[in-house]
Amino acid sequence: MTEWATPGEISDSFKALGYLADEHISQVVYLADKLQKPILAEGPAGVGKTELAVTIAKAADRRLVRLQCYEGLDEAKALYEWNYHKQLLRLQADEGKAWDDLEGDIFGEDFLLTRPLLEAITSEDPVVLLIDEVDRIEIETEALLLEVLDSFQVTIPELGTVTATSRPLVVLTSNNTRELSEALKRRCLFLHISYPSVEREREILLARVPELSESMAERIAKVVRSVRDLKLRKAPSVSESIDWARTLLALGADDVAAGVTQDTLGVLLKYQEDIERAAKELQIPDEE
Amino acid sequence: MIGALTSFVDELREVGVPVSMVEAIDAAAAIEHIDLADRQALRSALAATLIKQARHIGAFDAAFEVFFGTAAPPESDENAITRLEGASGAAAGGSGGDGAAELMEAIAAALQAGDQESLRSLVRQAVSQLSGLQPGRPVGGRYYFYRVMQRLGVDQMRQQLLAAIVEDDALGQRIAEEDITALLEMLEDEVRSEVIRRLVADRGAEAVARTLRSPLLEDIDLMHATREELARIEHAVGPLARKLATRLAQRRRHGQKGRLDVRRTIRRSLQHGGVLLDPSFKPPRKSKPELVLLCDVSGSMATFARFTLQLTFSLAAQFSNVKVFAFVDALDDVTPFFGPGRDLGNALNQLVSEARIVWQDGHSDYGHALEDFVTDHLDKVTARSTVLITGDARSNYRDPNSAALSQIAEKARALYWLNPEAQRYWNTGDSVMARYVPYCDSVREVRTIRQLETFVEDLILPSTPAQRAVALAHA
Repeated sequence: MTEWATPGEISDSFKALGYLADEHISQVVYLADKLQKPILAEGPAGVGKTELAVTIAKAADRRLVRLQCYEGLDEAKALYEWNYHKQLLRLQADEGKAWDDLEGDIFGEDFLLTRPLLEAITSEDPVVLLIDEVDRIEIETEALLLEVLDSFQVTIPELGTVTATSRPLVVLTSNNTRELSEALKRRCLFLHISYPSVEREREILLARVPELSESMAERIAKVVRSVRDLKLRKAPSVSESIDWARTLLALGADDVAAGVTQDTLGVLLKYQEDIERAAKELQIPDEE
Repeated sequence: MIGALTSFVDELREVGVPVSMVEAIDAAAAIEHIDLADRQALRSALAATLIKQARHIGAFDAAFEVFFGTAAPPESDENAITRLEGASGAAAGGSGGDGAAELMEAIAAALQAGDQESLRSLVRQAVSQLSGLQPGRPVGGRYYFYRVMQRLGVDQMRQQLLAAIVEDDALGQRIAEEDITALLEMLEDEVRSEVIRRLVADRGAEAVARTLRSPLLEDIDLMHATREELARIEHAVGPLARKLATRLAQRRRHGQKGRLDVRRTIRRSLQHGGVLLDPSFKPPRKSKPELVLLCDVSGSMATFARFTLQLTFSLAAQFSNVKVFAFVDALDDVTPFFGPGRDLGNALNQLVSEARIVWQDGHSDYGHALEDFVTDHLDKVTARSTVLITGDARSNYRDPNSAALSQIAEKARALYWLNPEAQRYWNTGDSVMARYVPYCDSVREVRTIRQLETFVEDLILPSTPAQRAVALAHA
C-alpha cells in the first residue's frame, strides 16, 4: 500500500506529473491500492492507458516492471526460465560428483532467469507491474497470469512456490480486440477509459502544450470532438490531438480556423480515406 | 447499505449483466473504503467491481440512477416547491404553458452559464409543475420524462438556439451545433434523474427499475433492431469478427510446436560442446483459411442482412481471402465491394445498385441462388474453405434444390448456416430449413449478438475432410 490517503491526493500527484486523471480514474486507482487488486484498463488506443501505469509508478516512486504481451508469449518469456548454459557449465565443472548433490544444486535460484512477472513479485521494493495489451495473448496463455494476479505468487515445479515479498500494484491494459476470459476479469477492477470530454481534453492540451492559448485549446478540443463523431476507421486519440496542437502552433496558426486544413489533418488521422471523409464532412478547405 | 447493494446486484443480473458472487463481495469490500455520501465515488467503486465489459456500462448507469439516485433536496426546498406548485397550479390551469416558457428561459440561461446548482433546482421545479406525476399511478418513467421535455418546449428551444448561431464558416457552424446538443443532453440527464428520483420516492427502487429495463446490446433481436441499436451493435461486432477470424484460422494450441528442426538443433548444440541441449523446432505451418459467405439480402432479411454484411465487412478487413456472395433469387459475387479500406455505406449502396442479385421477382429463391453458385463459383470453394450461409431459408415455395447445397458441402472444409429466425418457426410456411440441415456441419439460430458469440465460441472446425465425412454420415 502506498501513502495515498484519498483519491484527491492521487489526482493531485498525477496532475503534478502532467497526467490529468478524471475523478473516476483516481477513484479506481485508490481502490486498487486499498484492496490490493489489479486494474484492468480498457479503452480505445491512445487514451493514456499505458501512460496511467507509468504515472502511477512515478507518483508512488516505484520501479515500473513492464510485460509487453504479444501473440505467442509463453511462460519462458513471462514468468521464468532455467539458465541452461549456466547449468551445463556447472555440471561440467563438477564432473564426477554424485547426481543427487548436483540435482539440488542446478535447480536453485542461482540458475533461474527471472522474467517480468517473477521479477515483479520477488523485488525487494514494491513495484508497479504493467501488463500491456493483454488482449494480444492467446486465451490459453491468460491462465499464466491468474496465479500472479490473485495471490501474487508463482509456482516453479522444481523450486516450490515463490510468494511476493512486497505486493506490486498491477495494471493490465487492453484494447478490447478480443474478449478476455471471465477468470481474468473477475480478478481485476475494471476501468474503462474512453475519449475525454471537451473540458478535460482542453485541460490536457493546456497541460501538455503550455504555449497554447485557452481559446485555441478549446477550439481544438471541439474540432477533435467533431472528428471523433464521424464514422472513421481510426478516431483520433488524445496523443494525436496533442500532436496536432503542437503542429498548429509550430505553423504559427493563432486561429484554428486558419490552421485547420487538409495539410495538417494528417497529424490527426492516419488513413487517407479518413482524412478525405473528415475534410468532406467538416467542409475543411484543402489549401491554406 | 448491504441491503441496497444486494438489490442493486439483483437488478443488474435481472437485466442480464453477469455479476458473480466474488464480484459482489468485492463491491462490498470496496465501499468500505469510500465516503458513502460521495455519489461519484460510490459509482466508481461499484462500476469498477461489478462491471467488466464496456458495453454494460449503459445498463449499469441506468440501474445506478434508480438505486442510488440524486439525493432528495433539503426539506425546506421541497416545501418551497410544493407551495410554488400550489400557486402556479391554479395559474397554469388557465394560461396553459406560460409558466413553462418562463421556466425554460431560466433553464436555458442556467445551462449556458454552466450553473449546475440553479439548473438542478429549476429542473426540480419543472418536474413538479409539468410532469403531472401523481403518487401511486402505475405509469412508466419514460412517459413523465417525455411529458416534461415536451411541455418545456425543449425541441423549440433547440430550433431557436440553432437559428441563433452566427458563424460564417461551416466548421464553426458544426461546432456550435454540437455545443447546443451537449447542453441539451445535460438538461435531459437532469430531468431524467429528477423524474426517477420522484418515482423511486413514490414506489421504491425495485418497482421503478422494472419499468425502465431495456435489453442489453447482446440481447437485442437483430431482425427488429432500430437504426440506433444497429449503430451500437456495429461497435460490438468488431471484436467478435476478430474472434471468429482467429477461430477459423484455427491456430494450433499454445505450446504445441512444429517438427524438430534437425539442422538448427545440431548447429545450436555446438555452443554447448555438442550436447543436444536446446532443441529447435520448425514453426508450425500457418493455416490459411478461406471464408466464403453467402448472404440472403432480400427484403424480409433487410435488417439482419445489414448486420451480416457488417460482420462480413469486419471479417474482410482481417482476412484477405474472404469471398462474399449476395443473393435474393439470383446470386452475384460482391467481394470487390468489401475489403480493407472500404466503407460499409458505400458497399451497401453498390450492392443494391450494381450487383445482379435479382433474377425474376425479387423474392428469395434459395434453390436458384444455390444453383447459380454451383454453376459459376463452385471452383472458389476448396478443401480449405469454410462456407457460411446466412438466411432464413424461406424460399417462397420454390424448389429448395438441396442437391446444390450438398455439392458445396462436399467440396468445403465446413459449412455453417446461421438462421436469424427463432427456431420454433423453422419449417413452418415456406421455410425449408430441414431440407438443408443434413448438409450443414452446424445450423444455428442467431438472432442476437449473444447467440453469435456462442456460435463463435463453440466453433471447432473439423480437422480433416475425412473426419468430417464421418461426422456428416452420422448426422
